[in-house]
Amino acid sequence: MSEYSEAIIPGIGRRKAASRYGPAVFLLVPLLAVLFQVYVPRFVESAANLELPLLVTVYFSLMRRQPIAGTLIGAVIGLAQDSLSHLPMGMFGIVKTLVGYFAASVSQRFDVENPAIRLILGFFFYFFHQFFYWVLSRALLSQQVGFDLGQTLVVGVLNAAVGLPLFVMLDRLRQEDVALA
Amino acid sequence: MDFLLHRYRSLTVLVITILAQLVLLAYQVKTGGDVRLIRVWSVEAVTPLARVLEGIRSSTSDFFSNYVVLSGAQAENRRMKEELGRLKMDNQYLRSELSTAQRAEALAVFQKSAPSKTVAARVIGSSTGANAKVVFVDRGFTSGVLKGMAVLTPDGIVGKVIASYPTAAQVQLITDPSFAAGVVSQTNRVHGTLKGQGRGDCLVDYVQLEQKVDQGEWFFTSGDDRVFPKGLPVGQVSVAKQGTTFREIYLIPSGFQHGLEEVLIVVEGIHQQIPDDVSAVNQPMKLLPPPPADASTEPGLAAPDGGAQPLSTDADRLRQKYRAIGEAQAHKYGEGMTAPNYNQTAPAPVAPGTSPAGTAPGATAGGVKPPNPAASAAAGATKEPVTPPNGSRPAVANPPAASPGTPPASGVTPPTPGVKPPAPTVKTPAPR
Repeated sequence: MSEYSEAIIPGIGRRKAASRYGPAVFLLVPLLAVLFQVYVPRFVESAANLELPLLVTVYFSLMRRQPIAGTLIGAVIGLAQDSLSHLPMGMFGIVKTLVGYFAASVSQRFDVENPAIRLILGFFFYFFHQFFYWVLSRALLSQQVGFDLGQTLVVGVLNAAVGLPLFVMLDRLRQEDVALA
Repeated sequence: MDFLLHRYRSLTVLVITILAQLVLLAYQVKTGGDVRLIRVWSVEAVTPLARVLEGIRSSTSDFFSNYVVLSGAQAENRRMKEELGRLKMDNQYLRSELSTAQRAEALAVFQKSAPSKTVAARVIGSSTGANAKVVFVDRGFTSGVLKGMAVLTPDGIVGKVIASYPTAAQVQLITDPSFAAGVVSQTNRVHGTLKGQGRGDCLVDYVQLEQKVDQGEWFFTSGDDRVFPKGLPVGQVSVAKQGTTFREIYLIPSGFQHGLEEVLIVVEGIHQQIPDDVSAVNQPMKLLPPPPADASTEPGLAAPDGGAQPLSTDADRLRQKYRAIGEAQAHKYGEGMTAPNYNQTAPAPVAPGTSPAGTAPGATAGGVKPPNPAASAAAGATKEPVTPPNGSRPAVANPPAASPGTPPASGVTPPTPGVKPPAPTVKTPAPR
């Protein structure tokens, strides 16, 4: 019996299997997500609010259902994002590592194919990501960055809403489900 | 121990991963170094895709604008609309060609005329940072682009290179919150530090409260930061108000006025002079020749040394009057702490060949007659004796050494001290 064996919410049971994806999917999807963040805001300024790398991290972590895999996925995507920013590397890396770990941990207790659960988790992890990034910026880099709570909540809802169809699209790239012990 | 590590394997991996990244972060913050290898990999992985995407976008955009829009024409007007569409298409094409050619020509002209050596580059992407104003351009160190080089457009500076990769470079825009550069104002030569705000305007910091900066004034690079050559336009002041410690001056950057698609990277910067105030200096000005020198017949306008050269300015007349007052009261200017009584009327100056009481008709009480009514009205020196403000020592107590000489025959008024002479031949280009 593992440490996450019981469902928290009655009626919304845990999934019994982890999803598997091809290596090309693991390579290309995060790359395209980072590329989207680099390229699209040039033309649509509001697209800078979409945190596609975060949504991809959450998705893969939820579907892999292994905290170690979630941790590594988050770290790699975060560092890739860091390397395209002008800030010291590790800021997005640390935050997304935590997101990946917690998303994978949560996935062992919920049915993460339920759209409502996905919506809530998408919103929660966006808020967590932004808040923790803000904390790290102030604590580690001494940056006087503001945190607009209202805007973060609104953009969190937007990201969660965009995450729903994105997750459905990514579900199509799934190869097989492997039953967990 | 093994049991614990196995039991909490995922937690152990999490802690190790976080610790590793914290060490990485601490190393970069402490040493100011960079993990260049990972950045090069990421940039080299992303920028080719960005270029492909840009190519697809532009060709798709052309396709839609050329064909798909036209295919929606109404059937009954098909022939006419096709004709109109063709004309519109040609027009649009020519316009875009013209616009592209003009933009390229402007860039080329600026590149040729600018003293600094520059490399043209195209913006291909933006950064992933939360509030960062950083873009990628398609020139890297294979094109000679190095970290620290200035980036500008013909309209003004836009940023500096903060990282250079083989085929791309990262440019920090001047609106980025961590950007700073030395700037100087055009009119009053007030020095300050330009700082990005993360939004459209920039702050000019560290300007003392007593320094004068007006709204609408231009700021130029000062060259102090050793990144931007001196004399490049930065922007125009939109807000200038008193702050608590320093003045709060916000300016609108001029470099982004026409978008940010093509930029110039300064590979060899050469400092330039900051142009004079365009609005005040570059306007053509017509000056009349000075009045004829016939004042030698009037004793009030004779030179104090009795020479034949006439006095021509109010300052000279005041100087003569104060000197006469001083002599009448046996006061020597520049000595002692007291001032002569300026309210006491001085005896009329004596011109050579005339008696002391022989005042010319129309001479003022002070023995000074204005050369013409307009000058009299402007100077306000008619019948009233001149009183120095607040009883302070008048400025003419130590008069300037320049003596009123004969004006040049060219008809151009000699420059007045303290007034900047206009530049009549060289036209300074207005910063756009």
